[in-house]
Amino acid sequence: MSSLAMAVRAEEFNAPGPSNFDLPGFFDSGFTKPMALLILAAIIVFAFFFLSIRRGSLVPGKLQFAGESAYGMVRNGLARDIIGGHDFRPFVPYLVTMFFFILVNNLFGSFPFIQFPTFSRASMAYALAGVSWVLYNWVGIRRHGLGGYLKLQTVPAGVQVFMLPLLVPLEFFSNILVRPVTLALRLFANMFAGHLLAILFATGGLYLIREVGGIGYIAGPLAWVLAIAITFLELLVQFLQAYVFTLLNAMYLQGALAEEH
Amino acid sequence: MDGNLNMIGYGLAAIGPGVGIGLIFAAYISGVARQPEAQSRLQAIAILGFALAEALAIIGIALAFVL
Repeated sequence: MSSLAMAVRAEEFNAPGPSNFDLPGFFDSGFTKPMALLILAAIIVFAFFFLSIRRGSLVPGKLQFAGESAYGMVRNGLARDIIGGHDFRPFVPYLVTMFFFILVNNLFGSFPFIQFPTFSRASMAYALAGVSWVLYNWVGIRRHGLGGYLKLQTVPAGVQVFMLPLLVPLEFFSNILVRPVTLALRLFANMFAGHLLAILFATGGLYLIREVGGIGYIAGPLAWVLAIAITFLELLVQFLQAYVFTLLNAMYLQGALAEEH
Repeated sequence: MDGNLNMIGYGLAAIGPGVGIGLIFAAYISGVARQPEAQSRLQAIAILGFALAEALAIIGIALAFVL
């Protein structure tokens, strides 16, 4: 926070960078704001679904209807359509939890007074992608056995034998090693870049008004209007990224469960 | 104001995924315009293609900071 104020107070404008995301811990402890937001998001998601089904009735009330349609959107739109009719049931709770946990954490980026997307810290996104990596590999190995699973993931169907030495290492690299990294980086980079853009417009507007004067009195408020517009654009991106993360999780699970071709 | 060539390079590298994502959604929109009832099926495919094209831009931004 103090580095933000300093960026504005300096004579020359210092563009905000990755250092703006290194928040100090509360009261000099190692416990930082993103960690607190993770816990808060878990509580919000739990409370929403717990309250929405607490008094379950055949004709749903407003809250129960909201909870059921949120659950149904992920269950039918993602889990059933992608993983397929007879395998998707065990993964519905996982995918629903993951979608809403990421969604709430992303929405913190635009929520007034919180305004910090948790996954703009790369480590948080890596941890989440690690969970998904362990799950889809474990599911695939349990279904096909270790050898069968590796064959499924690394040997593409309908390829001549002499191409295999070239393709197998590439497929292994892309399907086993790079997948979790791109999964995590996609979420992280979108949250990071969006938030950085909002910081840039906010601090830039303040700098124009305080230090430049003249035309800065017109350009500064204009930059703040853009900062607000970017925040609304971010709402769309935040939802989309939660959806994409869950969609790719479902695709990977489907790929691990697929029959031998 | 400081910076380095990496950022210019990343800006150039982001053109490719930008064009790619534009093409994907153009195809999605015209597909839905021709056959509105196919929207739910096309949507998942379009978003998957968007995610794959975006992965290139993401690898770019990671390398822009790392290199």
